[in-house]
Amino acid sequence: MIRFDQVTKLYKGNARPALNSVTLEILRGEFVFLVGASGSGKSSFLRLVLKEENPSRGEIHVLGQNIGRLASRKVPYFRRNLGVVFQDFRLLPQKNVFDNVAFTLQVIGKSKGFIQEAVPDVLKMVGLAGKTNRLPHELSGGEQQRVAIARAIVNKPAILLADEPTGNLDPSTSAGIMSLLERISQSGTTVIMATHDAGIVDQMQRRVIELVSGQVVRDERQGGYQTQTVPIQAFATTPGAYRDLGIAGQSEETR
Amino acid sequence: MRLGLVMSEVGTGLRRNVSMVVAVVLVTFISLTFVGAAILLQFQINQMKGYWYDKAQVAIYMCVGSDPVAKCNLAEATKDQKAAVEAQLTSPALAGLVKTATFQDHNQVYATYKASFSDNNTADFVTPANLPETFYVNLKDPSQSDAVIESISGLAGVEQVVDQRKYLDPIFSALNAASFTAVGIASLMLVAAVLLIATTIRLSAFSRRRELGIMRLVGASNRFIQTPFIIEGVVAALIGSGLACVAIVALVKFFVQGYLAGRAQGVALVGMHDVAIVVPVLLVVGAVLAAASASVAIGRYLKV
Repeated sequence: MIRFDQVTKLYKGNARPALNSVTLEILRGEFVFLVGASGSGKSSFLRLVLKEENPSRGEIHVLGQNIGRLASRKVPYFRRNLGVVFQDFRLLPQKNVFDNVAFTLQVIGKSKGFIQEAVPDVLKMVGLAGKTNRLPHELSGGEQQRVAIARAIVNKPAILLADEPTGNLDPSTSAGIMSLLERISQSGTTVIMATHDAGIVDQMQRRVIELVSGQVVRDERQGGYQTQTVPIQAFATTPGAYRDLGIAGQSEETR
Repeated sequence: MRLGLVMSEVGTGLRRNVSMVVAVVLVTFISLTFVGAAILLQFQINQMKGYWYDKAQVAIYMCVGSDPVAKCNLAEATKDQKAAVEAQLTSPALAGLVKTATFQDHNQVYATYKASFSDNNTADFVTPANLPETFYVNLKDPSQSDAVIESISGLAGVEQVVDQRKYLDPIFSALNAASFTAVGIASLMLVAAVLLIATTIRLSAFSRRRELGIMRLVGASNRFIQTPFIIEGVVAALIGSGLACVAIVALVKFFVQGYLAGRAQGVALVGMHDVAIVVPVLLVVGAVLAAASASVAIGRYLKV
């Protein structure tokens, strides 16, 4: 489903790679946690899968396509197979819940009839059936994230990428979002979730891929969060230690 | 469905940036009015050239009795001298160049003079004897006048040979200068219009960057993303071009045909059939420039 082959990503003006020779494979229907400190390359990984960035070296196959060879005018069509959820929801503030979800389908040219059918279905699935006419600011954070998830999955993508989807939410709301993601995964969608939330990772017992300074240091089935990153206090005594932590900078850039 | 969506996006964009859109409309309006005026001026020049060059001839003025020019020596050109000129014109050397040659005696010249200067007081002091008898020579190729001038002006009894076309050249060069000035102003204004359109579209895209980000994320095609912006620019520019067309029509109808035609009778002026050529040119230029600058401006937001 997703295969990284010796993938290295260098950003301009930064000698240290955001991803360093990463090789891994993610299968259909898997639920994968991507863990690691800020700047460890999680977001770069997701952006590469989305083809928002191109790898500096190596090959990436997504859904059977070598996306390095994908013509740029075909990228939009490729992206229709992927859903994305962010920590900051990225909803359109002046559109209501229904329209936020419908917007996705409108801009890829779906018919009115299809939208009228698919949007209420997906809103029911994420538990927002009664709030279709609310504006984003009238919703709680958890509800806003549900709208964002509904938007990501309304087109039934094969892969759902989630970049710290619970980062702004309290633990009980996060648990609700996780059970929603689990249900999505059970329906056959591959879910890749970058997170810092140790509790969630430990509880879910799914595949965990840990990145440190752009390298995969751990890839285990039914793993927990326990990190191999050396605690930061141990470094702080050594001058220049922060540089070694792989704080690459751009990878966490918010756009 | 999608067309409706695109058009509603266009409407939103135009409403959101009203002041910039008004600026685009005005700048396009003024620049294209200058473009239109320059084109009309060129038409006018060509029309006048066609009209005047057809009439303008080489005039061979014979000596008159009162002529103080040394060559004439105050002597009226004799019959023989006139015959010599006529013979020269029909000689093999010139026959190939000359289309027609007509001779006007004192009375005929006087009649033409009276007709031309009927509203001028000097006409009252001129007698037929003051005006030289003249051969009017029409050439097959007006640019070959030098050959005629050379071979005739040496003959006895010929006061002067004049290519009347030369009188017109300063007028045409003045008109040409005016037309180039209009083109210069027009191109400067067009540069301003293009930059303004690009800026407006960038602003519009910036105010919709959230939507654009989501559109790219969910896989909206580039064409779908850029079309509303290009239409936005084209609509604004077309309003400006439309106003420019109205201005050009008004210029020709009220100034050229209403005012100038009354003053300058006998001069062929541009008319509505010329406007019919200029109007589509202005509309196309406006639309194409706007589409091009808008698509360049929006390109930055389409990088994947």
